[in-house]
Amino acid sequence: MNKSIELKDGSQIAVIGGGPAGSFFAYFALDFAERYGMDIGVDIIEGKDFNCAGPTGCNHCGGIVSESLIQSLSTEGIILPSNVIRRGIESYTMHLEQGSTVIETPLNEQRIASMFRGLGPRGIKDNEQLSFDNYLMELSHQKGATLISGRVTETKKTPDGIVLKTKDGFEKKYDLVVGAVGLNARTFKLFQQINPSFVPPKTTKTHICEFHLGKDMINEYFGNSMHVFLLNLPNIKFGALIPKGNYVTMVLLGSDINKEIVAAFLESEPVRSCFPEDIDLNDYMPCQCYPSINILGAKSAFDDRMILIGDSASSKLYKNGIGAAYITAKAAARTAIFEGVSKHDFKKHYQPVCNELDRDNIIGKFIFLVTTVIQKSPILKKGLLRMVVKEQKKEKNKRYMSSVLWDTFTGSAPYTDIFKRTLNPILIKNLIGNTFSGLIIGTKSK
Amino acid sequence: MKSNKLGRLYQNGEEVIKQGEMGDCLYVIQEGVVEVIDESGEKEIKLAELGESEFFGEMGLFEKDVRSCTVRAKGDAKIMTIDKRNFYKTIQKDPSLAYRLLEKMSNRLRETNKKLRNKE
Repeated sequence: MNKSIELKDGSQIAVIGGGPAGSFFAYFALDFAERYGMDIGVDIIEGKDFNCAGPTGCNHCGGIVSESLIQSLSTEGIILPSNVIRRGIESYTMHLEQGSTVIETPLNEQRIASMFRGLGPRGIKDNEQLSFDNYLMELSHQKGATLISGRVTETKKTPDGIVLKTKDGFEKKYDLVVGAVGLNARTFKLFQQINPSFVPPKTTKTHICEFHLGKDMINEYFGNSMHVFLLNLPNIKFGALIPKGNYVTMVLLGSDINKEIVAAFLESEPVRSCFPEDIDLNDYMPCQCYPSINILGAKSAFDDRMILIGDSASSKLYKNGIGAAYITAKAAARTAIFEGVSKHDFKKHYQPVCNELDRDNIIGKFIFLVTTVIQKSPILKKGLLRMVVKEQKKEKNKRYMSSVLWDTFTGSAPYTDIFKRTLNPILIKNLIGNTFSGLIIGTKSK
Repeated sequence: MKSNKLGRLYQNGEEVIKQGEMGDCLYVIQEGVVEVIDESGEKEIKLAELGESEFFGEMGLFEKDVRSCTVRAKGDAKIMTIDKRNFYKTIQKDPSLAYRLLEKMSNRLRETNKKLRNKE
């Protein structure tokens, strides 16, 4: 049926999940409705208290707000407060077994924020800092959203809406139900009850842990630089150490990361050399988890009067999940307010946005495949390192490989854009040249 | 300035953009205040003061022309640059990103009209 269902004055929207996707949806739906002259109600239903420390308030994430998202939010007038940003990142330090080099931010500005989704790791005593998720939820509250604390336990479709019930006995019929539930399998079942064709995203396990080192040690050993590792270790596609206030967050991305893989990464020389020699890292680790990430978008993530957004639908492979949440949430809000909330409306105006993310992820997979080849080749890694070191002394518009690596590490640009830049003949020529130079120098020194 | 705010730190009196110079970036104030100054006459005329979340330099996004005013930090200020290319690429996919820009430009036009009326 190709019929549109339009929202009107008095329409009610429920957003299940108050993470970034849910809050962005609520904020923009209310903003668009206000500009359009439509009076709607938006309820955000969230069971978590993001103001809690440790796993209770955490949404298990590396905690980076990308350069491109920061720029979009700034243009929207959303300026992240100082007490939400744990540190402004101004460079990336790339570590290989062959050496390390710093890649500077393109405009000498701090354009990337590190933050905690909840209040922070278990035992955090920094009371002046705020949770990122709570900040966004408060922002949508100020815009007019009602915050309801609770967990949805039942969803029921009726001819003119969807009825939600929570564990606490709250019950209400909505014109639209938005699922921003991350990768929560239990809540996915509630959406399958009202949309049996919904297939949840495919996932893999990652690893995140925090090291409580204190500001002085972090300033000395990490500074305002995010440290990224391209090491020849099984299952790990990418490892990073992110400085945040008194903590450093370690993130490992790849396939099915487990304890042994984490131990091998921590024991590797390039990683160990980032930390002071005399400390046992296990004594400084208050929190660790193995969260899942979206590696293949959901299918049929919408139906009449229901839609899933953020990680629950389509995300960006390995990087910038919050940026993808912003993109899908805004696309869903635009569709709901200006077009309608039927399956047909979402298919025409929301699905293309998810399709673009999914297509971009195919290119992303290829980029990470090439990265894996480089990770396994000491010769190529030497060439890469030589090239980046040389480029950092050149003008900014001649740093071809540095800009490719910057956008790959930060997740700021679509993978398709990054891939196109890797086809630049100058980049290819320089990489080949530096690889051969490295080989010749290596042979002569032997 | 000890805050964690993002952007580049400009010291008191430091120029962010200079009247008469070419420029193609938009700037968004993350923290602090800037002064917008007309330097075309013999004496400097302060046209406006802008604070957190406000932007300037928007003409550079849409016109290939020189900056129409000088903008200077009043006290320490942290300012974020929005690249022209990134802006156009994003707005191509999501035109609603321009709503606030249009709203603010409309406000500024209204203010200018008001000032002109008061001068008559």
